[in-house]
Amino acid sequence: MSFLSATGMTGGYGGTDILHDCTITVEKGEVAVVVGPNGAGKSTAMKAVFGMLNLREGSVVLDGKDITSLAPQDRVPQGMGFVPQNRNVFVSMTVEENLDMGAFIRDDDGIEETKQQIFDLFPILGEKRNQPAGELSGGQRQQVAVGRALMTRPKLLMLDEPTAGVSPIVMDELFDKILEVAKTGVAILMVEQNARQALEIADHGFVLVQGRNRFTDTGEALLANEEVRRSFLGG
Amino acid sequence: MTKRVALLYGLMCLVLIAIGFLQSWNVAFGIFNLCVISAVMALGVNMQWGYAGLFNVGVMGFTALGGLTAVLVSMPPVGEAWSVAGGDIALSVLSLVATIVAVIYARRVVPPALKLPVTIILLLAGYFLIGVFFGPATDAIESIDPALSGYLGGAGLPVLVAWPIAGLVAAGAGWLIGRIALGLRADYLAIATLGISEIIIAIIKYEEWLSRGVKNVTGIPRPVPYEVDLIESEWFISLANFFGANEVSDAAGLFVKLCYAVLFVVVLAIIMWFAERALKSPWGRMMRAIRDNRDAAAAMGKDVKRRHLQTFVLGCAVCGIAGAMLTTLDGQLTPTSYIPLRYTFLIWVMVILGGSGNNWGSILGGFIIWFLWVEAEPFGNWFMTTITAPLGEQSELAQHLVAGAAYMRYLMMGAILLVVMRFAPKGLIPEATNRSTAMTRSS
Amino acid sequence: MEILNALALFANFVVVPATAYGAQLALGALGVTLIFGILRFANFAHGELMSFGTMITILVTWFLQNMGVSIAPFPTALLALPIGVLAAISMALVTDRMVFRFYRKQRSNPIVFAIVSVGVMFLIAGIIRIVIGPADQSFADGQRFIIGAFDSRRALGLDEGIAIKQSQLITVVVTAVVVAWLFWFLQKTRSGKAMRAYSDDEDLALLSGINPERVVMICWVIAAALAAIAGTLYGLDKTYKPFIFLQILLPIFAATILGGIGQPVGAILGAFIVAFSEVTVTYAFKKFLAYLGPTDWAPEGLVQLLSTDYKFAVSFIILVAVLLIRPTGIIRGKVI
Ligand SMILES: Nc1ncnc2c1ncn2[C@@H]1O[C@H](COP(=O)(O)OP(=O)(O)O)[C@@H](O)[C@H]1O
Ligand SMILES: [Mg+2]
Repeated sequence: MSFLSATGMTGGYGGTDILHDCTITVEKGEVAVVVGPNGAGKSTAMKAVFGMLNLREGSVVLDGKDITSLAPQDRVPQGMGFVPQNRNVFVSMTVEENLDMGAFIRDDDGIEETKQQIFDLFPILGEKRNQPAGELSGGQRQQVAVGRALMTRPKLLMLDEPTAGVSPIVMDELFDKILEVAKTGVAILMVEQNARQALEIADHGFVLVQGRNRFTDTGEALLANEEVRRSFLGG
Repeated sequence: MTKRVALLYGLMCLVLIAIGFLQSWNVAFGIFNLCVISAVMALGVNMQWGYAGLFNVGVMGFTALGGLTAVLVSMPPVGEAWSVAGGDIALSVLSLVATIVAVIYARRVVPPALKLPVTIILLLAGYFLIGVFFGPATDAIESIDPALSGYLGGAGLPVLVAWPIAGLVAAGAGWLIGRIALGLRADYLAIATLGISEIIIAIIKYEEWLSRGVKNVTGIPRPVPYEVDLIESEWFISLANFFGANEVSDAAGLFVKLCYAVLFVVVLAIIMWFAERALKSPWGRMMRAIRDNRDAAAAMGKDVKRRHLQTFVLGCAVCGIAGAMLTTLDGQLTPTSYIPLRYTFLIWVMVILGGSGNNWGSILGGFIIWFLWVEAEPFGNWFMTTITAPLGEQSELAQHLVAGAAYMRYLMMGAILLVVMRFAPKGLIPEATNRSTAMTRSS
Repeated sequence: MEILNALALFANFVVVPATAYGAQLALGALGVTLIFGILRFANFAHGELMSFGTMITILVTWFLQNMGVSIAPFPTALLALPIGVLAAISMALVTDRMVFRFYRKQRSNPIVFAIVSVGVMFLIAGIIRIVIGPADQSFADGQRFIIGAFDSRRALGLDEGIAIKQSQLITVVVTAVVVAWLFWFLQKTRSGKAMRAYSDDEDLALLSGINPERVVMICWVIAAALAAIAGTLYGLDKTYKPFIFLQILLPIFAATILGGIGQPVGAILGAFIVAFSEVTVTYAFKKFLAYLGPTDWAPEGLVQLLSTDYKFAVSFIILVAVLLIRPTGIIRGKVI
């Protein structure tokens, strides 16, 4: 069984179902990418994995433990970190306080050490540690958001469009950093608009359409798949 | 659905009839009349809350404004006051007009940066200018026979004329406050209306030249016959005998209450007719659409703020009319009796209990809650006396608790509101359409 | 000399009372703004919560006075205050558990919260009136003045003195301590930061593993404690009148909105602005101007902008001005 296996997820926001029998899996140290057209339910699937949605059917198993009925705040101690698509930093708090909030559930002595690792990973955050996150540029904010999630020392890091609204250069940089994180043994589950670039760094890819799994394969295979290229990667 | 309405209304009638047989018909109709007035107020609040989701915490103010209008329209003018102070009053009004014109003109011509300071300076100057004329005028007015008059009096028109005018006055105040507080956070309207109602009450309490302040205006001319006249008229005595009344004076009291009841029911029916028509019209459907999904409605090009303002003003007008009716029934304006728990929040309990968005529900809520409010006192007394019986009559604690029994009604109203909101948020007579979306935050 | 007299007069009748009043409002407004920021609704029961905490303090004060306990020259109420605070906290937590939590789980509209808070207001108002009655209660004992008018006149060598009541000094000191503690708590402690984070973005707080129920609980504890302290200080300074606590909501809300919803610093600023405006506008400047003008001259009339009967109008005018000019408040607060 995979490190994370969210299988057969069916549910929505209370009205009609958005997700239909949707399955997403990730292995340790690997990058899994979810792509699909706008409104396909990618963000919804991420929320479902994190327990922010009432699932009618399906289960979420993390590291062999069934966490389907856990509240979101109780999934954090289980090793899940999530960077949502929008509103992913505390705008009124400083960069450092944002990171501290990431470490909220931790009571070990390693917090400063993790913080230092994050400053090494994203040097700009160290420079702006006392500035309110709301005053940063889009790319910097995304770094704060990822940093905050990393502060929980997650075993599974979930990112919903981390590169939305940042320049291509920053995007490449962010992808590099994410790969670096993956190398430390963290499982990464990422939703991306820039499907081609994302699939290039992905070990596994999931193509979602109208809340259903359409294609599931390795990143390489999906990039090679004629139909996927035509319909989802713009030729 | 309609069966439920008929059943609940029938039960309410039975209860009032039971009061008639067990206590007296005078009591029953006394309660009935206030029930009708409460129902009118509840209709007004329901327009705002039920149709549009607006939280008006200033019902008391609009009601009191209606009451004040009743005084100003129906009381005879105090000629002496006008003759001693008329000139000063005219000058005050002139100064007021001049100030307003000056402010409007200045705001047009001065550069934007100076607008605010200039406006403030002009307003202050105007305020003092008005004070120069107005101070002496009020002193003069208030010194004329202070025990009996000491105010300007009214227009001396029939009191029934005051009812629609009260609606207009309250609508005007509602328009002003709505212009300022609508379109912002929903709770800002609540806080702003809370403020305006306190100020209206303060004005009525402390501006003696206007309505005698806490000295009260009494003896407001009635739209119905007086008991003293009735018991002396031939036709009434024979009528009373025909119905087999024991005491002619009781019969006269009852007859007066009946006359009021007819008047009030007519007003209630008219307002209800309009309210139902409005609710079922395209306008009403749009209001509910806005209430249930404000963003979607705004995206469809609806002018949400304007629509809200319309309903808010209409609701205030209805509360104003109810206020005038109340003052007419009492025959006097007693500013100290206006307390928010009774005149604002109680009306809210009526609307919530009856069923937000349902006019029939609001009327029923008005009846039930007023009835309970009145009956809570004897009940509270009985309750406290019973539970303190073991303590003995001499016990200080027992006496203290019995003295506080009247306030059981607060507990009761709080409990009703909370229980209904929790377990039956749609109220006794739910709105026909589904309003579940309106009750949850869209995020 | 004349100018000094005028200033002393102004300090005595405006600055000193407005400072004390502003401090009392600030404590109330801090609670309201915290509830606004964390629970996201206008709590109409806050005045009654203040009243409830004060009532318990008064009852305990009477009990202590009967027992002969005294901490003279300080008022006995200070000794009773912790119990009043505990009572207010219990009341807040019980109402949250029985009433508000349900709507939080439902993610109800803020206006629904406001309406149920009216229900809570009715309940607490009823309890208060049954227990202590609707009448005024005075419970201040101990020394009345720190500096009497007479002494201060002599000390200053002026015709006008600056009298300071003990209750005013206690108000200011207690408020300063409480506010300093609150800011330390919000800025430096884990729980305080969690509260700020939750107020900033509740969903993101969940993603950081912050337990919302805990944040809400801390919020009620602080708001209720501040409420009880504010009500008691107000009662010591003036008298305890149960009906006043519905009216006092208005200046408190005005201060909250003026400062910016959910902004503690703003609430304090707003409270002092409201208090100073209220006292200044309702102060009769006749004697003040007489000192400044030529000798033997005094202005006609009281030179009072607004009669004290209308002091609540000041809050209202401030409120309206804020809504018209800058609805977000001085320090940009949460405006939807
Ligand atoms: N909070 C919400 N409440 C109700 N429906 C929502 C909500 N968020 C998204 N949806 C709906 O769910 C569907 C999928 O949205 P989403 O998961 O955000 O798509 P994606 O992230 O793939 O662009 C859309 O039809 C959207 O309208
Ligand atoms: Mg998305």
